[in-house]
Amino acid sequence: MEDDHESMGDACPQLLNLIPNEKVREKRIGGLDAAEEKKLELTLGLPGGVGEEEEPSVLSSCIFSKVSKTSSRRVVLGSEQQEAGLFQLQSRGGYGTEWPHKTTWNCEIFDEQQSLEKEKALGDTENEAGSNTSFQTRASAGVAVVGWPPIRAFRKNLASSSVKQSVELQNGNIDEKVKVASCKKGLLIKINMDGIPIGRKVDLNACGSYKKLSFAVEYLFLDLLRAQKETSTNDLRMDEEAKQAFKSLLDGSGEYTLVYEDNEGDRMLVGDVPWDMFVSSVKRLRVLKSSDLSSLHDWEARKEQQLSVEYGGEGLAN
Amino acid sequence: MAEGGDGEGEEEEERSCALGFGTGGDDGAGCSGSPAPAARMRSGSCGGKEQPPPFSEQVLENVLESVLEFLTCRRDRNAASLVCRSWYRAEAQTRREVFIGNCYAVSPGRTVARFRSARAMVLKGRPRFDDFNLVPPGWGARFSPWATAMTAAYPWFERVCLKRITVSDADLALLARSFPSFRDLTLICCDGFGTTGLAAVAELCRNLRVLDLIESDVEEEDEDEDEQVVDWISRFPETITCLESLSFECVNCPVNFAALEALVARSPSLRRLRVNEHVSVSQLRRLMERAPQLTHLGIGSFDSGSADAGAGDLDVTDMESSFAASKSLVCLSGFRVLDPTYLPAIFPACANLVSLNLSYAVFTAEQLKPVIVQCHNLQTFWVLDTIGDDGLRSVATNCKKLSELRVFPMDASEDSEGFVSDSGLVAISEGCPNLRSILYFCQRMTNAAVVTMSKNCPDLAVFRLCIMGRRRPDRLTSQPMDEGFGAIVMNCKKLTRLAISGLLTDRVFEYIANHGRSVRTLSVAFSGDSDLSLKHLFQGCPNLKKLEIRDSPFGDAGLLFGVCHFYNMRFLWMSSCMPSLRGCKEVARRLPHLVVEVIGDSPQDLHGDAVDKLYLYRSLAGPREDAPPFVKIL
Repeated sequence: MEDDHESMGDACPQLLNLIPNEKVREKRIGGLDAAEEKKLELTLGLPGGVGEEEEPSVLSSCIFSKVSKTSSRRVVLGSEQQEAGLFQLQSRGGYGTEWPHKTTWNCEIFDEQQSLEKEKALGDTENEAGSNTSFQTRASAGVAVVGWPPIRAFRKNLASSSVKQSVELQNGNIDEKVKVASCKKGLLIKINMDGIPIGRKVDLNACGSYKKLSFAVEYLFLDLLRAQKETSTNDLRMDEEAKQAFKSLLDGSGEYTLVYEDNEGDRMLVGDVPWDMFVSSVKRLRVLKSSDLSSLHDWEARKEQQLSVEYGGEGLAN
Repeated sequence: MAEGGDGEGEEEEERSCALGFGTGGDDGAGCSGSPAPAARMRSGSCGGKEQPPPFSEQVLENVLESVLEFLTCRRDRNAASLVCRSWYRAEAQTRREVFIGNCYAVSPGRTVARFRSARAMVLKGRPRFDDFNLVPPGWGARFSPWATAMTAAYPWFERVCLKRITVSDADLALLARSFPSFRDLTLICCDGFGTTGLAAVAELCRNLRVLDLIESDVEEEDEDEDEQVVDWISRFPETITCLESLSFECVNCPVNFAALEALVARSPSLRRLRVNEHVSVSQLRRLMERAPQLTHLGIGSFDSGSADAGAGDLDVTDMESSFAASKSLVCLSGFRVLDPTYLPAIFPACANLVSLNLSYAVFTAEQLKPVIVQCHNLQTFWVLDTIGDDGLRSVATNCKKLSELRVFPMDASEDSEGFVSDSGLVAISEGCPNLRSILYFCQRMTNAAVVTMSKNCPDLAVFRLCIMGRRRPDRLTSQPMDEGFGAIVMNCKKLTRLAISGLLTDRVFEYIANHGRSVRTLSVAFSGDSDLSLKHLFQGCPNLKKLEIRDSPFGDAGLLFGVCHFYNMRFLWMSSCMPSLRGCKEVARRLPHLVVEVIGDSPQDLHGDAVDKLYLYRSLAGPREDAPPFVKIL
């Protein structure tokens, strides 16, 4: 057994060569040139072997593997997270404390590079989610990391809403304490999409605007939609079809439309009221097929009619 | 499963998978450590067809069964089943409680075929990192196939405990319909069900004793929104019930209080009641009056704002009298909504309290002190860090019997102020020498404090320290935290569970490997420098069963060091590390009975060579068929 490990040790560098020659590099904003890429090549750090190479570099969370769709995709998420904070991430400030950290990785991360790419990445968030940004932006300080610190979601919400509650209790505001979701740090709203059995949750406080909400919806359901539509092996075409579905979520002209249910139980089109008003009254979101909308309108119209009859009647009686 | 011993009707390939798969240990499907016992058994078994045992042997087996009935500990049972074929059979016939640590390690059919007399099952599903959103939703661990197999095979089934499993309303209804003797249902961190399922259980299980929903995600509405929340509390039988424990803290929607009160009134055996936050303090008072025999109480709202109409203002002395009347209370929890000025109401109960969970409530050390000075018998204490080091000092001074402490952060972010630090930890260690288990979230820590704790609390079995700033070094010396954790593994010989954090190099893993002989569960995050760490771990820790790693620089080389050990483990989780697809395939190739799952957030992520999330576990069932598109099984 031991022998195996020793021979394995010799073979290690091969396995760690994460720079496959045949793969196509993703186009990267602020991409690294050849020399820098060489520097990022990873090797196994042996004990005592690489002490002299260490730099007080900012060693951030993990994956420094190069070139993979995975990491760039994930990073897009990261950069979007910075802005939109999708899912249940709470926005956090910087890391804080001292960084001088010795590493035996032969991997150099440049602070300037990072911030440069971060800026460029931010500038790109308005584009589609599929755009490529450096994986490093995810790793840089200030980006919230999923699942860290390891606290369960309900503890995060409860803890921060407790503070609000104890303040509001003094004001005698009883209703607030029941709505756990109404705490500032994360307003999680359930969202379902027609034809997709799995529901998701979106953090409205992290979105901040309708446009970002639309991106968030696309991000949440794109893959589920693709999985549903998976009939061909042609990834690209499937990509396009799926993405098309999410165009024009808000103005009713696309394949799907975003609606919501407010605190009175009414179904409304998303986008009509100012964002803050929307956030305070929304209870649930739904992505409907636009073809179903007309039936929604009919229902709404009938409800309005009913209401006007009732009030109209009262008026007459007076 | 001791395959070598079970010759009847098993295929050749299954018999050969006995390597490393004894029935010792409590993980996977109760599989043990070394290959040796299984190999011995294999050579001992004749292969070929099984003759029915001669008469004297039959008598012996019956005697054996009667004796083995008394074995309750599953590790003892696993060991007994390895002795020889007749012991294996006898043990299988008499095992009443089956523990499945990983629901994908063995198929339901196989479990049911082996343990024909089982009455209780504990089943665990998703890996723990699912709690922190690291496992994409829809990954798996569904109860349905198990429910189907169990209902078909066990007419007299009594108890089910599920953890991190997706249970549907239909599953619950099936259980309720199929098991007339069903008595205990415990769902921990589960999801997929709603009030409809609960109603079915309440209505159809006439012998229900325990219904505990702990930290589960209970759906409020169905997918098709026309379904209302079901009033499941009203569905309990109208007669006197055998209910002993009812916990529904995690159910987010209000329950019908009148029905709840009536239920409590007609449940004379009720000892444990944990309500959700929608139960107001005056309602709680009425419940306590109905059930003065309660030993465990989970409080919903505990503030003045929740007065009922007509009840008038409830003040602290009123509540205090309620607590004085409940003389059997030993455990208080909940406090989902707390007005700290109400805390003194629990004074009468403090002296008897063995367990107190205040971890959902925000209050200061000053507010805690009057309570804690009376809690001399406290053994378990969960609290938020807002009590600060000062509050911890009060705990240390007064709770000499403290055995388990959990300090949760009120603000779980890396740059928050942090109320507790190394001095709180030292205070606890000095005051509570009997400490066995600690979970401590903080922003600042020193090696010296951790070393002190290791020396003052030698009985520690669980040490989980979470320094919330990633890779943060010792606050005073700016050194890595290696020495602190090293001291823990060196001095705490009974340590079975360890979670490390802060700035850590390969050295800490060397310490763990050399000294952590009993460590079974290890959680690693943002730690280590190189694959040497994994080399240490896999070559060193003989009892390592569960290893979860995130965001650490370990790659294929480290992974391959584990090839000698993976069959002894329940699982390995690695996320945001550096393994490649090639490395994982190599592992899968070498270990045919290991299921190696590469998980991405979406199917696209699986196309590259980099592996974002790796989850591997030994399994007798082979690759699972219910894997979603974002999971690739190698």
